[in-house]
Amino acid sequence: MSEALGRRLGIVVGGSLTGGLQVKLDSGTPIEEMAVGRYVVIEGQQSHFFGMINDVKLGTIDQQFAITPPDVSDSFISEVIAGTSTYGVIDVVPMLCISGDVKTILEGPQPVKTIPAHFSEVREATEQDVELVFGTEDERHFHVGTPLDMETKVCLNIDEFVKRSNGVFGKSGTGKTFFTRLLLIGMVQKGVAANLIFDMHNEYGWEGTFEGGARKVKALKPLFSSKVALFTLDEESARRRKASTDYVVQIGYDEIQPEDIALLQDTLNLTQPAVEAVYQLAREFGYGRWLQSFFELGSEDETRELLDRLRIHESTYRNLHRGMEKLRRLSFLVPHAPDNSVKRILEYLDRGMNVVLEFGRYTDVTAYVLVANILTRRIYDQYRDRTEAALAEDKARPRPLVITIEEAHKFLSPSVAEQTIFGTIAREMRKYNVTLLVIDQRPSGIDDEVMSQLGTKVTYLLDNEKDIDSVLMGASGKSQLKTVLSKLEAKQQALIFGHALPMPVVIKTRDYGSAESYKEFGFMDAAELKRKSEKEIEGLF
Amino acid sequence: MSTRIGEVVEASTSQFVAESYELHSPPPLGSLIKTSAGEVDIYGVVFNASTESTDPGRRPVARGRDEATEDDIYRQNPQLSRLFRTTFDAVVIGHGQGNDIRHYLPPVPPRVHSFVHSCEVEEIRRFTASLYFLSTLLNIRDGSGDEIVAACLREASRAHDDPRAFLVGAGKELALLLSGQFNRLNTILRRIRL
Repeated sequence: MSEALGRRLGIVVGGSLTGGLQVKLDSGTPIEEMAVGRYVVIEGQQSHFFGMINDVKLGTIDQQFAITPPDVSDSFISEVIAGTSTYGVIDVVPMLCISGDVKTILEGPQPVKTIPAHFSEVREATEQDVELVFGTEDERHFHVGTPLDMETKVCLNIDEFVKRSNGVFGKSGTGKTFFTRLLLIGMVQKGVAANLIFDMHNEYGWEGTFEGGARKVKALKPLFSSKVALFTLDEESARRRKASTDYVVQIGYDEIQPEDIALLQDTLNLTQPAVEAVYQLAREFGYGRWLQSFFELGSEDETRELLDRLRIHESTYRNLHRGMEKLRRLSFLVPHAPDNSVKRILEYLDRGMNVVLEFGRYTDVTAYVLVANILTRRIYDQYRDRTEAALAEDKARPRPLVITIEEAHKFLSPSVAEQTIFGTIAREMRKYNVTLLVIDQRPSGIDDEVMSQLGTKVTYLLDNEKDIDSVLMGASGKSQLKTVLSKLEAKQQALIFGHALPMPVVIKTRDYGSAESYKEFGFMDAAELKRKSEKEIEGLF
Repeated sequence: MSTRIGEVVEASTSQFVAESYELHSPPPLGSLIKTSAGEVDIYGVVFNASTESTDPGRRPVARGRDEATEDDIYRQNPQLSRLFRTTFDAVVIGHGQGNDIRHYLPPVPPRVHSFVHSCEVEEIRRFTASLYFLSTLLNIRDGSGDEIVAACLREASRAHDDPRAFLVGAGKELALLLSGQFNRLNTILRRIRL
């Protein structure tokens, strides 16, 4: 394994593969240093096992000790009984097996299928051990943080990451947005997928803030100006924030489909008959024209005649009317859009650019759900057609696309997940090379079927039992992970598990915001760019 | 060179009795002594000592009424030192030849009249480097095992450079041997702490 061995902690005295191993600590091992979530290496006879501390317990050899405790004020007596009559036990979950066979050498550590024998030695994992498991930063691995109490980098396999839909969860203010920005930077930096980001609170495109707004950090556009295009729904807001945008998105009434309205049933406060009325109207006026025609309904007689014909109740109509008026107030919705936004976004994505769509002042859920759904549905259609064409002609498939959505439970709740395009993407996954990055604070509000399809999950502190269950659903070693999850600190600590990592890990999120850290992402400021180009010019002559 | 202190007067495989050359000066309780059976050194730990009349039929009478000190009694009655003898009992805890030490019983007991020597510091250190003999001591039949173990460890600790570390190590060994017998362990530990 590694040259330098970690400190010896104790020996395996019992356990099982499913229930974890019990390790009796040596008398010299201070029990207070055994923190849950730490890594250990167990040296079996043929392989090494990499595991995580899951519980710490106290044991005594004789019940009498509990009833008449010895005189521990006497340092001699307390020294003698420590580790012999009284001892510490840690529960270790074996996670990975590192053997010398061909498979391990080629593919790295393998999941455990057996356990080490009795009295195998247990050691603290060294930095090299952790590095062997979580890899080093290279063109496929992106550094996202460090394990607790260690300096080693934990790296995500970005290639694997984008192959499936992923989720970032956690209570408000725990660091979801910060981490998501980091993940997006990783994907843009490694260039493994095109990104489309629906940026509800204007945090991913131009700049983001730390909680409290005291410090600002650069977001995607300033860091990777040649790879990121900033689209906005609200040019004024962008101008106020001095963000340079590439395109202003407007959506025509003709682009709004009855399905989009169905999705907004809750936020527009529509009744079920009102939603059904929308479908009737669409059949009556045509799918491209129904909304425009609805707004143009003139005299009362004309309206009444229409309602009678379609058998729509008066109150249903009024309910629908109130809802539609809300839509009319969104100024990015226009009767006829001057340009085709979807086409524009696809053009950028095809050029290998990543698109951030800022919502400016439209931070209410109605606008977010509506726009994200309309755009994504049509982009997904395009991707599906292209993938199918590529399959038929045996050509290269389109570049993977990752769509980032916030407030994911609005799109993926059990009641609407069947209808929205996001539900389809999450379920059908990578067939068409389109995956989701969902961000949410109430994972229990997301459809179970969708949750079960997420490849990699990142979760910050959650304290609602339902949310925790929902995030950990189907994960192996769920009960152990639950212990770890409930012990996370309120900020900057996250549990990551799933497809893109060999084993679950608690990390302290990588910090960034300093000039140094921007440089690590490959960002060069103006002076540096000038120096570099001068050097290149010199090189030419 | 180790000092010759007496002679074996009664021998069995697991114990022997020796008479001390000096009246009233047996080796200390718990000290490591050795005798031999041919080429083989036999190690024992002193677990009892007594001084009695050489003739079991004659009991001593009190003689000190007019003497100022106890020593004066012996000065005034020089025959006394010939009428009494001091013997000590040792439990056999190991044997060896040269540097090869084994912490279990020898194949044959020592002969009567084998010389008994006290052990040198170096030898004590070598013998007590391993503590397997403690279980033999704990099982001495006359019930004073715990006292003997404590005395033996106190004596042996003086031969080590770090007496405390030696005692802590021995204490841990005892804690394992006496698992489930908390009170016995406690008794011994209280007798060996520094």
